[in-house]
Amino acid sequence: MSDVSLKEAYIDKTRRDFLKKAGAGVTTLALASGVTLMAYPEPALARKQEEMVDPSQRWGLLIDVNKCTEDCDACVTACSVENGWKLDGNPAVDAQWIRKLKIKNPRSGHEQTFPVMCQHCAKPPCVDVCPTGASFKRADGIVLVDKHICIGCRYCMMACPYKARSFVHEPLEEQKSHAPRGKGTVESCTLCVHRVDRGDKPACVEKCASDGHGALIFGDLNDDNSEISKRIATYATKQIRADLGLDTGVRYQNL
Amino acid sequence: MFAIMKRVLSVVLFASVFSLANAAGAQEKNTPAHPRVSGPQFTLPESTDKCVHDSDYAKTGKCVRDTEFMRRNHMNLLKHKRDITMYKGIRSKHNSLQNCINCHVTKDDAGKAIKVSNSKHFCASCHEYVAVKLDCFECHRSTPDTPASTASIPKIPAHANLLASNSSEVKAMGTFLKGVAQ
Ligand code: SF4
Ligand code: SF4
Repeated sequence: MSDVSLKEAYIDKTRRDFLKKAGAGVTTLALASGVTLMAYPEPALARKQEEMVDPSQRWGLLIDVNKCTEDCDACVTACSVENGWKLDGNPAVDAQWIRKLKIKNPRSGHEQTFPVMCQHCAKPPCVDVCPTGASFKRADGIVLVDKHICIGCRYCMMACPYKARSFVHEPLEEQKSHAPRGKGTVESCTLCVHRVDRGDKPACVEKCASDGHGALIFGDLNDDNSEISKRIATYATKQIRADLGLDTGVRYQNL
Repeated sequence: MFAIMKRVLSVVLFASVFSLANAAGAQEKNTPAHPRVSGPQFTLPESTDKCVHDSDYAKTGKCVRDTEFMRRNHMNLLKHKRDITMYKGIRSKHNSLQNCINCHVTKDDAGKAIKVSNSKHFCASCHEYVAVKLDCFECHRSTPDTPASTASIPKIPAHANLLASNSSEVKAMGTFLKGVAQ
């Protein structure tokens, strides 16, 4: 079987699975007005505290760019509150966990804004270049810095195509107990690993939803039943700089 | 000759103890060890006291192990815990630095938890005395965390419109949509 037909077979299968499951597990509520409300069962995120992360999972984000509004920075603020980093108005040294980007089509003038953070690459260049092994990918796909062994060489900052990492230049105090960060080490979006480990969604995802935008979806890319996989199977989604072949965990819709 | 025999014997003994310890560890978690956490792992020396579990702190008023053991081995417990947390995502409270800090908190006259920069801090008091530099708090917080750390983010299920997880939410949303439609 050629590559293409293999791929088609896979897509066919996932579509069939999706339809099958759509018939079985989904609560459908037909409203008088002809509006149909569908409720998917919430995927079970929680695992026991003593259990190791599940290597069969791969956490990812799907960002619907059409739902992201220009004047909103809820995700950035939520990240800052959750992880205790602050912007001091000095972009040269400020923390860069998550940023809102604005792109413009020079011909049509069409503008879009969306957040960019560590893309949690399946083949992360930051890990490839790290001389100490501090930069690593967890079994469930979350890319982290082990600050216990990071020497602050900043190779990873150079290697990351998304400029997702930053260096802590000043001594810190009163960090969040769940998000240790300190001078001389590199840091980036952790996909709120402390929240994921207790079965919650990342802070940005929760805040975006509670503010009524719902532009961010978090879930297991390996689970055909997760909402994120269903969306990716149904709609056209993109990875930024897909040409680099890093297989990012963060995907964009309507970009 | 006898000396060599003894040497070989002790190596064999050591190896078997080591593999036993590893097997026990693997059984306990029933998961393959992460490559980063495997390798020559630290094996806990025998403690005279039984390990006190999370739920027993309050009852017994005791630390996770007896004082004598903790004085010599707290760094090993912490290092072991740091690796399983970092690489395996195991965030149980047991042996966690955060739990140490929460329990061994020293307060100033105003009732405020003191930081490690103050020599009265539990860790600082000893480390300053023995002149061993304390590195943990370059990154970790040296006082108990404020409960407000995540309070400002309201807990609302994400994508409520698609992911209503119980029937009352579905009903509520249905009523809302009907209202909108009429
Ligand atoms: S986005 Fe950058 S920091 Fe994140 S995994 Fe990829 S290369 Fe590493
Ligand atoms: S700064 Fe730290 S994580 Fe980044 S490459 Fe150097 S040692 Fe690795």
